[in-house]
Amino acid sequence: MESTILNKTDDKIIQIESPILNIDKLSVSYGGDKYSIMDVSAGIQKNKITAIMGPSGCGKSTLLRAINRMHELYPDTHHKGSITLAGENIYKINPIELRRKIGMVFQRPNPFPTMSIYDNVIAAYKLNGIKLKKSEKDEIVERSLREVGLWDETKDALHKKGTFLSGGQQQRLCIARALAYKPEVILLDEPTSALDPIATAKIEDLLVNLKKNYTIILVTHNMGQAARISDHSMFMYLGELVEYGKTKKMFTTPKDERTEAYLTGKFG
Amino acid sequence: MKSEKLFQYFLKLGGIIVLMVAIGILVTLIIGSIPTFKEFGFGFIFSSNWNPTEGRESYGALPFIIGTIVTSILALVLTFPFALSIALFLGEYFKKGRISSLLKTMIDLLAGIPSVVYGLWGFYTIRPIIVELGLNAQGFGIFTSAFVLAIMIIPYASSISAEVINMVPSQLKEAAYSLGATRFEVVKHVIIPNAGSGIFAGFILAFGRAIGETMAVTMLIGNSNNIPTNLFDIGNTMASLIANQFGEAEGLKYTSLVAMGLLLFVITGILNLIGKMVMRKFTA
Amino acid sequence: MNTINSISNQKLRWRVFNDKLFSIVMMTLAFISAVPLISILYQLIKKGYKQVRLSFFIEVAPDTMEAMMAKVNHEIIPGGIANGIVGTLIIVGMASLIAIPLGLTTGIYLSESSKNKMANIVRFVVDMLQGVPSIVLGVIAYIWVVKPITSGFSALAGSVALSIMMLPSIIRSTEETLKMIPPTLKEAALSLGVPYYKTVLKVLLPTGMSGISTGIILGISRIAGETAPLMLTALGSSAINLDITQPSSAIPLLVWEFYNDPNLVNLIWGASLILLLIIFLLNIVAKAISKKWKVQY
Ligand SMILES: Nc1ncnc2c1ncn2[C@@H]1O[C@H](COP(=O)(O)OP(=O)(O)OP(=O)(O)O)[C@@H](O)[C@H]1O
Ligand SMILES: [Mg+2]
Repeated sequence: MESTILNKTDDKIIQIESPILNIDKLSVSYGGDKYSIMDVSAGIQKNKITAIMGPSGCGKSTLLRAINRMHELYPDTHHKGSITLAGENIYKINPIELRRKIGMVFQRPNPFPTMSIYDNVIAAYKLNGIKLKKSEKDEIVERSLREVGLWDETKDALHKKGTFLSGGQQQRLCIARALAYKPEVILLDEPTSALDPIATAKIEDLLVNLKKNYTIILVTHNMGQAARISDHSMFMYLGELVEYGKTKKMFTTPKDERTEAYLTGKFG
Repeated sequence: MKSEKLFQYFLKLGGIIVLMVAIGILVTLIIGSIPTFKEFGFGFIFSSNWNPTEGRESYGALPFIIGTIVTSILALVLTFPFALSIALFLGEYFKKGRISSLLKTMIDLLAGIPSVVYGLWGFYTIRPIIVELGLNAQGFGIFTSAFVLAIMIIPYASSISAEVINMVPSQLKEAAYSLGATRFEVVKHVIIPNAGSGIFAGFILAFGRAIGETMAVTMLIGNSNNIPTNLFDIGNTMASLIANQFGEAEGLKYTSLVAMGLLLFVITGILNLIGKMVMRKFTA
Repeated sequence: MNTINSISNQKLRWRVFNDKLFSIVMMTLAFISAVPLISILYQLIKKGYKQVRLSFFIEVAPDTMEAMMAKVNHEIIPGGIANGIVGTLIIVGMASLIAIPLGLTTGIYLSESSKNKMANIVRFVVDMLQGVPSIVLGVIAYIWVVKPITSGFSALAGSVALSIMMLPSIIRSTEETLKMIPPTLKEAALSLGVPYYKTVLKVLLPTGMSGISTGIILGISRIAGETAPLMLTALGSSAINLDITQPSSAIPLLVWEFYNDPNLVNLIWGASLILLLIIFLLNIVAKAISKKWKVQY
């Protein structure tokens, strides 16, 4: 009896062959013994877009932030379990080193208001005290802005403040900022929820293009977005990873009734 | 209905009285200093000769203007590392908890100590140390006063700075951390640049305080009428000069001290307005 | 590849080291401000506590001769600071009597007319008054009161100087406290047909009482230790004086007098200690009020 239940759960979580990131029985607490996510295990495939969905408060952001250890900015957090990046335990890497390998984009566009567009793109180098030649900087800025399709729009205004751009442009600037250091993985936490549909469509196209070179993990409230651009989807509920599979399969034949209820708009 | 209007007029009357008090202060100081400016013109500000001897009477404010500015700037320089550290401590590193409320209480206590008590402490504790170090024979002077002033203005400079540092949006800090910055790098590249104008405002307001401080300075600066030649020299400030000489003053000396008050009023007023304006821009 | 890694590792270690170093330096500098505070308190308590006896509160300050005789005979200097305590009570009390009603009405006015031009001018003026050095206010009170009204130094003149000094903090705390009260509260009262002035007096003011009284008490604690403006106005007096048109002593003035008199200089510690205790007590009361009576909206 017990083994069939186990098998059933296993069935709901796909196994990824040689994942770039491997999350193993991860639980994260913001303090005390209340865990905001519990026993999450999942592999993340390289050069794919993995979407994380679920109702508000289910722990999507917590999981995402645990991947680059941003949750540790809150003083009382602790965790159980582990995450490996290319086989290396991320909790053994210095977080400031780790975060250069795993970039992050936030819900609200947050370019540094005191820096120009140019300086925002190379902010990672500036912050980390890495001295570059002017030509190297120019090259990085151009490459990163081209990658996010912002080069033509901004090449004549590179030394203006990034805060004058539109919301969608600002968010692409933030993606460029995260890309400039050539991370392996990019984490995005509801990157389009503050944007209009046109800007959203642009970002979605951009993400699909970017997966050639990067592994992308995307938290989204927008099921259409997950269906359109993600290869794999996770569904979380009350801190638990309920179902994880190929996006197409999960959207057409969800295996857990909670996933089905969510996808059909019963809650969320 | 009538009582409504009456009440509103009554409230407004309060505002008008306050306004008249402020205008009254300015006008009183201007009228009071007319004889001095008639006699010396702008020479009052640029002359360095303060001589009450009858017949050779001459009043120039320059030594005291210089004394005031040098003392206050030195105090500001001395206070800077400490006030900024306190601000970072309270505004970023430890926003809550026991040690931060301990530090806050300490700052409140420092702010509550009267100027005259600071003066006593400077006289009986700091002055002997200055003498011991051989910085100055008597231990009085610009440096001694600036040192004590620096401690007195710590609360002003640090509390406003802590507030603005606390206001730096956490999303900007998170963006920096996500790019692999250490906390120090976040402070240097995100917090200080973003809170910069507010911190500046805090220090401007503290500077205004230092310029107007009277008692502690009177007790420590050595009260000389000459332009100080180095930081350990004795000197005098405008506020301290008024405190020392106002009681016995008559005629031109009296009007010159009132004129000194006018200068002090204008300088601190301008500094205060700059500080508040920058602050308001920051919070808007 | 290996060399790049080792360089970046070195760099990483250096950055982490810098980060640690900075936080240590910052915390050290922050807590160094405790040194002067402790030094001042230690000095006052150590040298002052012996003088604080009952007689210190009920006797007036001794004159130089009495003190000298006591010194010669190795006795404790007689007398106390009763004239200073009474003077401070009168001067500060009268300053509050002037400043509180005016500050309250102006504060209410500002909170009730947020975008009006006149109110903006008043706000500007209050900002400016806040920065005026106390010695300048002493000069003003001398010209306004000492010369024309009391034709001589007087407690009243001191009160005028100190009242201008405490005005801005009363106005500001009143305005800010009242602005924090949600407008729905006012609207609810008005919709019940309560007249505007009653709404202000019976609903808004009581709701904001804790914030306003905190501001007032902090204002009082700010002026209680002021010396410079009193030197030009109240001057000082060796006897207890209840006539506000006559010169009066005050505790900070006594500290200043003792400091300047070699025979009395030992009394500065007790007087300063009392002054400091009064000010700290006022601060504690203000804090307690703002904590205990905090109205939850
Ligand atoms: N800083 C924090 N301190 C304490 N608890 C937190 C903190 N951040 C999140 N939580 C708790 O952890 C749980 C998961 O939160 P999380 O932000 O991961 O949810 P989410 O799925 O991202 O929700 P949303 O869709 O609203 O962004 C919630 O119950 C939340 O209350
Ligand atoms: Mg979230």
